[in-house]
Order: sequence, then C-alpha cells, then structure tokens
Amino acid sequence: MLLLECPYCGVMADETELAPGGEAHVARRGPEASEEEFEAYLFERKNPRGVHFERWRHVMGCGKWFHAARDTVTLEVFATYPAQMQAPPEEVLAAIRSKRPGWEGWP
Amino acid sequence: MSMRLKTGGRLLDRTQRLGFTFNGRRMQGYRGDTLASALLGAGQVLVGRSFKYHRPRGLVGSGVEEPNGLVGLGEGARFTPNRRATTTELFDGLVARSQNHWPSLERDLGVVNDALARFFPAGFYYKTFMAPRMGWEKLFEPVVRRAAGLGKVPGARDPDRYEHFHVHVDVLVIGGGVAGLAAARSAAATGAEVLVLEQTPHWGGRAPVDGGKIDGLDPETWVTNAVEELEKAENVTLHRRMAGVGVYDHGYVLGLERLGDHRPESEGPRQRLWRIRARQVVVATGALERPLAFAGNDLPGVMLASAMRDYVVNWAVSPGERVVVVTNNDDAYRTALALRRAGIDVPAVVDARAVVSSPLAEEARAAGIRVEVGRAIARVHGRGRVSGVDICAMAGTGAAVEEVACDAVAMSGGWSPVVHLWSHCGGKLVWDEQAALFRPDPKRPPTGADGAAFVRMGGAASGALGLAEALADAHAVGRAAGRAAGGRAHRRAAPKAAAEREQPIEPVWVMPAAAGPAVRAKMWLDFQNDVKVSDVELAAREGYESVEHTKRYTTLGMATDQGKLSNINGLAVLSEALDQPIPATGTTTFRPPYTPVTFGAIAGEAAGDLFQPLRRTPIQDWHEQNGADFEPVGQWRRPYCYRRLGESRAQAVAREVTNTRERVGLLDASTLGKLLVKGPDAGRFLDMLYTDAISTLPVGRCRYGLMCNENGFLMDDGVVARLSEDSFLCHTTTGGAEHVHAHMEEWLQTEWWDWKAYVANLTEQFAQVAVVGPRARAVLERLGGDIDLSKEALPFMHWRAGRLGGFDVRIFRISFSGELSYEVAVRASQGRALWEALLGAGADEGIMAYGTEALHVMRAEKGFIMIGDETDGTVTPQDLGLGWAISKKKADYLGKRAQARKALCDPERWRLVGLETLDGSVLPEGAYVVGAGGNEYGQRYTYGRVTSTYHSPTLGRGIAMALVARGPERMGEIVDVATLDEKREVIKACIVSPVFYDPEGEKQNV
Repeated sequence: MLLLECPYCGVMADETELAPGGEAHVARRGPEASEEEFEAYLFERKNPRGVHFERWRHVMGCGKWFHAARDTVTLEVFATYPAQMQAPPEEVLAAIRSKRPGWEGWP
Repeated sequence: MSMRLKTGGRLLDRTQRLGFTFNGRRMQGYRGDTLASALLGAGQVLVGRSFKYHRPRGLVGSGVEEPNGLVGLGEGARFTPNRRATTTELFDGLVARSQNHWPSLERDLGVVNDALARFFPAGFYYKTFMAPRMGWEKLFEPVVRRAAGLGKVPGARDPDRYEHFHVHVDVLVIGGGVAGLAAARSAAATGAEVLVLEQTPHWGGRAPVDGGKIDGLDPETWVTNAVEELEKAENVTLHRRMAGVGVYDHGYVLGLERLGDHRPESEGPRQRLWRIRARQVVVATGALERPLAFAGNDLPGVMLASAMRDYVVNWAVSPGERVVVVTNNDDAYRTALALRRAGIDVPAVVDARAVVSSPLAEEARAAGIRVEVGRAIARVHGRGRVSGVDICAMAGTGAAVEEVACDAVAMSGGWSPVVHLWSHCGGKLVWDEQAALFRPDPKRPPTGADGAAFVRMGGAASGALGLAEALADAHAVGRAAGRAAGGRAHRRAAPKAAAEREQPIEPVWVMPAAAGPAVRAKMWLDFQNDVKVSDVELAAREGYESVEHTKRYTTLGMATDQGKLSNINGLAVLSEALDQPIPATGTTTFRPPYTPVTFGAIAGEAAGDLFQPLRRTPIQDWHEQNGADFEPVGQWRRPYCYRRLGESRAQAVAREVTNTRERVGLLDASTLGKLLVKGPDAGRFLDMLYTDAISTLPVGRCRYGLMCNENGFLMDDGVVARLSEDSFLCHTTTGGAEHVHAHMEEWLQTEWWDWKAYVANLTEQFAQVAVVGPRARAVLERLGGDIDLSKEALPFMHWRAGRLGGFDVRIFRISFSGELSYEVAVRASQGRALWEALLGAGADEGIMAYGTEALHVMRAEKGFIMIGDETDGTVTPQDLGLGWAISKKKADYLGKRAQARKALCDPERWRLVGLETLDGSVLPEGAYVVGAGGNEYGQRYTYGRVTSTYHSPTLGRGIAMALVARGPERMGEIVDVATLDEKREVIKACIVSPVFYDPEGEKQNV
C-alpha cells in the first residue's frame, strides 16, 4: 500500500486515503480532434515499466488532485506535485534524471 | 504407536490436565500442548485424509508448515474449518473434527479415489473439460464439485468480535527466535522504536530444541534474559501469538494477533489485525525443513526430523517406539540423538551421502546409533501407518538390501529459508548451490518510497543456518535497520555461539536416484494436495515448462501449503525433468498471507450495523413510524411505498399513484443531490459539464440538464436552477451526488483550474419535499406566505424564494410525474416540521405520502428516463431521444466530440421506445427483444432490451420502456419479447411512443 505526500496539505497519505486517476498530463482533445487523435486521448495510455507520471486525488483528505512521479517497478516515489500544470516541472525531471541516468526522459 | 513420555516436555505444565474431543472421542492433554502434540500423546496418529485420493494422513510437521493436520474446530456458530492442529493451543473443552472423509476418518469411502489414482493424473480437472459434454455433466462435475474445497463452511453468523489496530514503528522485527531477538536488541540499541512479533506463544524459536550455547548460556536461558531486557526497554514492544502475514508496498505490514483462540470464554476480541507502517522491516522467520521424496513417504508415521525433535523435546511425545531417520544432511542427527536421549529406539540413520564424518554423525555413532551411508529408503511398509522400511543403495534403482522394522520415520531433505515475507513485496532470491537452498538476494531487496531497501532478512531466513552465523547476521541486520530508520550507531557486541563444523548437504530430490516410474508414483511432494513426483514429471512431459503453470496444473503447493513444504522439492523435480538447473526453473510467486487470515479479522469492526454508514433524511423517523417499506438507494434507505393494513406492496403503490394523479401526493425528495456551483465562471463551467446551455439560463429559472462523460455516455441528469448571477444549484440523482461532485472537482482542478468557480455539496443541508398532483397549489396556498404560486407568477420550470407558512423556503416548479408539482426546499432542521405542516394543510385535499415505486411508475407513464434503468454507462442522450436537451450552438461540452464518433452515430444503435404488450400484461424486467434465428450456441438473436417495466394503475395495463435497434423508426411494429423461463416463450409487444400519459404535457402546465 503506497504512501504519497499530498503536496497541498502535506499529509503523508496511505493509499486508502487516495483515489487513483491514471496517467497524468494527458491533454484534453475537443471537437476539433480527428478520429485518431480523439481515440488516442480517450483510450491510449502509457503502461511503462519504470518511471511513470500519475494522477491521484487525496479524496479522504483535502480533496485535491495532485500528480506523482513514481517508478512502477521499484515503487520509488521521485516527487509529488500539484495537478495544475501541463507537464512535469523541471525540478521533478531533474530529480528523476539524477536517480535514473538512463531514463529516456519526458514525454 | 505414538505416546506420551513419562518425563520431559519443556513447554508442558503436567499439573494441569485438559480434556478435549477428537471426532467425538474424549482425550486428555496438558497445558502447553498443541492440539497436535495432545493427539500424538493420546496415541492418535491418523489425523485426516488427503484432498484428492483420501489417503490416510498423519502429522508431518510441528508448526505452520503442517500439511495434513487440518481440523474443523469448535461447534455451531464458532465452528472454524482448516485450523492447523500444530498451531492450535490446547484448551479445556476443545472440540475438533478431522476433514475430507465420509463416513468416518477410519473408514472413508472416498479412498476409492486412491485405487483409481491412475485415472486422476496431474491436470485431471483441466482434462475433464476436453471430455465429451455428457461426461462432464454426468460424471466429472459431480465428482469435482463434491471434492472441491477443504473443510466445511460454518453454518451460522460468527458471534466473535474482531478489531483493527493501526501503528507506526521505526523497525518491525518479524520472528521471535534467537535471531529475531538478537536483531531486536541490536535495532533497539540504535534508539529506534522497535516492535517484535512472534507467531507462537513462545520466544526463542527452534534454538532451545536444537541446543548449543549462546554467550556461554544454554539457549533457553539466553532467550529469557534477552526477552527480559527487551521488555524493560522503553523503545521496544513485544507481542507473542502474532504473525506477520504479509509485507506490502512502502513498509506496510499486516500482523494477525490471536487473542481469544486459545481461551474461548475470554472477554474482548478473538483476533486483532494490526496494520503496521514500518520504516524498516527485519524478517527473522527462520527456515523450514524439507521432506524427502521416497516411496510411501506419505504414510502416517513419516514425519519431518525437526518436527519429531520438537515433539519429543517440547511436549514429551514420541511419534513411535522405533524410529528410522533418513537424511541428506547433518541436522537430522540431532533428531536421532534427541530420540535416543528420550529412550526411544533408533535402529538406523539412513544417510544418502556416501561418506559421513561430521561431528554430529560421530556423536551419533558414539551413542551406538547405526549409521548407514550412501543408502536410501526404497519404500515404506505399512497399511494406514508405518510398519517398516526397505533400505537400498542411494545410487541404484531401489533394490532392497535390508528391511528394518519401525513404526515411524524421521526425514530431512535439508532446510529452506522462509523467504515468503521477503518475496511478497518484490524481493528477489538467489540459488545457493553449496547449501542447496534459495536465499534472499540482498542486492535485490523490496524497496520503499525512497528507493532504498526496507526489508532485511536476518538469521536462518537469510540462509545463515548455523547458530553462530545466524546470530551474527541478525545482529548486523538489526543494527542496519535501526540506522536506516534514523537510529544512531552503536558498538554493542553480537551474541556469540561456537561455530559448528557441519558436513555439507547433498541435494536429494528423489530417493533412490534411479527410481523407476512405478516407484515415483508413490513419492509424495505435496501431501495436502496429493501431488507426486510422477505428476510433476507428467506435467513437464505435457509441456508445462513454467513452474507457475506446473503449479496450477498439478495443484502443487496450493491451498494452505503456499509453498512451505512442497515448493523446493517440486521445482527441483521439475528442473530435473526439464534437464535444466534449478535457478532456470525458479520459484512460484510467494503471495500473502503467509499463514491463513480469517475473514472476521479482515472485516474487523466493519460488520453488521457498522458495515456501512446509513444515511437518513430529516423525515426518516416519520417514514419509519408510518409503515414505510424501505429500499436501498445508494447509502440511503428510501420508502418504496407506505403499506396500509391488509395491503400488498402492489396495492399500496397503485393507491399512491392514483391519489397523486387525482388529488395530491407528498414525496420526500431530500436524498436528491444538491450541488452549489458559484463564481464568476460558474456558468461557463456548467456549459462544459452539461450538454445544454446553462449560462444562458435567467435567474429564477430551472433547466433540465444532462451530464455526459468524455466517452459521450450519459452519466447523470437533474434540474439546474440559477440562484443568482454567479450561482447555480445543480440537482443530481440520489445515487449520483457524490460522484457528480467528484466529477466536477476533477475537471475544475485538473483541466480548467484557472476558472473562477467553486462547488459545494449541500445535499444534506436541505430537506426537499415534492408536493405533486392537481391539488398541489391548493395545499401550498393553505399554508400561506409571501410567494405568489399562480401559473403566471410561478410558471413551470421557475423557482422562487420566500416564506411558506412559517418556513423560509425555495419552491421549484418542476415535475417528475407529469402533474402540477412543487418541490419545496428548507433547511434540513426544518424538514420534518415542513413535512408535517404540508400533511396538515393537505388533509382536506386528500394528501398522501408516496414512495419511490409510485415515483417510478409515474415517471415511466410520462416516458421520463431514469439513470441506471434506461442508462448503463453505454447509452448516449441521443439514444434516449433527448436531443432536445443538447445545445447545438455550444462549441464544446464533455462528451460532444465522442458523440460524433462513428459507433455512437450508428443508425443501428438501440434507441428508446415504449412497448405495449398486446394482451396488456407486464413484461419481465431485463427481457430481450428477440428476432428469428440464433447463433451456433442456440442463443437467440437479440435487437433490444426492456429497460423499465411496470403495471400502470393510471392506464390499467402493463407499460414498458425499451432500447430497440432503430426503435423510433419502427413505431407500430409488433416485436417478440423473450420470457426468461425454460419454455422460451415469447410475448408479443407493439412499439409505441415512450410517453404513455398526457403527451401534450397539459397536466403539469396548469
């Protein structure tokens, strides 16, 4: 059971306090999207063995959505950060690169 | 014959005799006994039958590894199946029954399976599926069903209490043997908070039985001193009878504490599940001895050498009078010596190794025990229990050179570290060729949130089998864990034991080495699930090369064994059959729990009334006092109808519908979700969430809103009222309030975070009462107030705030019934008073409360959809003919792009229509509209389904709503609706408009 720090309220939250929201930083596609683009937005998700960016909601706490950068194999958590951004912040990417030198990088 | 010895038994209190029954027979044991030792002491060798062949079974182990001694414990509601006799502490009045037999343990008819064993090979269950259908239905299914499952399910509700504890610690030490205690002392010396768990009632593990010296003391004294020291330390907590059963992500560990199992009359909970969050976990779970695979090794009386030593030393019971010891390593000599010291005859130690010269073997020889080297057991003699063994050369095919009479056999195939808890959370193993065991690989540990190891193995569990190296290892690991958890360095010395010189083990997976196929079919690998060497070899021949597949195909190591006894031997046999090294085969996955956890412990306090919170409206008491039949709606209980004396539910519903249609009815609508959306961008935000335009709604008006997800499917509906320029009240379905709120929050926080809007869930802040029917206005006017309720001042789909009688209210003129209808909202605290006031004011108008079923019937008569009936997560608003509620002008809303996808625009989609049976009957719920013909499986072609079906008291006939392919284009067509009975009859129904009543909407618009 994961422990993630909510970047809003600072609580180290048990997974039972959190609700998962799948892959982070998926850009919404609207009526202008082609069939292929829209299908990718709706259904195509990364499932990496290694570094992954995820959405979580502190649902049994402050109610806020946040992002976590995490290794899906070792369960190492590189960072949690607010959900109000389109891409991971540079300091998060730097933290990952320092721990995973061979990482292919974002996106 | 097993028996109690006259003296000895370090765990026994011979002054306290305890009576118990086994299969109804009265027996006696002592305080300190386990059920297993008490049974052996009472001469009961036969304890159960095997799962598949129903072969007689005796005890093999002395602890959690025991595969055979599973009993049903207790009676009535407290009956528990599959309790291990070896881990059940004896208490006075204990009642136990053996399992897997009929009619009795001694005379079991299921043993016929044994005679037919060649018809039940590996994968029997899977092979039955390839048999003709007839064979499956008439032969295999009855056999498989009867045999399925171990033990019996208790017949009544569990009367015991269970609870959960939550704790955080720096270092958790699992295992209270000498290694665990050494690790705990060392971790505690760093200043870390330490919690130590021991699954048995006793500290010290195997060391007091196995002997040796620690810091110059005998192990028992050292253990007593160590526990005393730890008990005094302020940063250490010790728990016995508490097993660490599972290690999970980020230092989460489950501990199961047995509080009442051994004293059933005691107060308090029976078991406690500890939910532990540890910075560091030290696993000192020791090692388990492996059986040896020789013919007849499953006969009662064949036992692990270590278990036999435990029974003799701990409980003064001997499994036999003449015991042959068979081994491939030094440790079994300890058993031979312990037996001899207790006065039991040991005619021979059969050692598979060609040359044996270790100190332990020399000690045995010096004690006059005959040691046969390079030898093996060719077969065990006996019917139902051991009567002798044939000894042969280890290297050969099994030609007997000698028969030795005996009534018990002690076997040792070497030791396997208990790596389960290491593996639960991803720790990897490495094969140690020298010691012939899988040990944890410290380079590939389970890692925590910081990427560093959070589990460390200490003592025998890490592969350090000798006492001296185990203590040194555990001490170092305890210190490392304490340091990693934030403790300080210390220089405390490790406990010391003299290093013993042992001769290496010689791996033996099959005995003798060149045994033929017939003999291999008598060598058991898994005693509980009846898996033999021949079964694993057959699986390999049939192409099951992955150990995971072989496990499932043969059932090796399944059920309560979970890889404790059978795992290593099984995969070694598989490796030999596949002619590959053991590491190439690998192990099966170890999954929690290590030992069984009861459902009661998992549920904890969340049972009965505490299982789920029940939500109550402010008017709930009135419903309960006035004959409401409740139905669950989400976490609410809503009145389905209010039954009067002598009325059936159907009659009550019909009365409520008719009264509402003709006079006036009252509905508690407080459960409907009420979400306030406020802010300068609230309108813009709701334009994205609803399919129709909300931002254009004038203050004081209401609009019916449809909410879709990004897949384009309808997820909720409700009336939105604009309260002010920047605030909207969004009504949701009863069951949808929370997830619609969450849906709004998600989009607001993660997509449009710069929009200025806020959502508050006010569902429980307001009570809401619907006053419905032609006399509704008259009822409200009788209450008085300052709101003009006339058609002109408060038209349909408008709302007003003001005074009604003595109440501050909002009145919404909205209708879910097609009648003149007002929904009156007040503060929750005023709900009951408003309800009573309306009942009083309406008395002369014939007012009557109605329930959810009348609500459903009336909405169906009007063709109004219900989320969850007409929708199931795959239905679009367009499917339901709700295109009028979708804005054509808006550039975007959630679901808009998806609704333009090809599949969602397909003209063949099932769309909403009404169905009227030709004979006026009510269609069955969930029935399918069927066409001619069917598929190859005999299933009829379907092109629609009934979504709502009721008897309409208003129309005096059955009405239904249905989704039918091209439905709206097929008005007037007669279709076949399948009944669900065996006769496969069809009911003829006509496709009609879903609006059965007042299609012009005149009644709600007065």
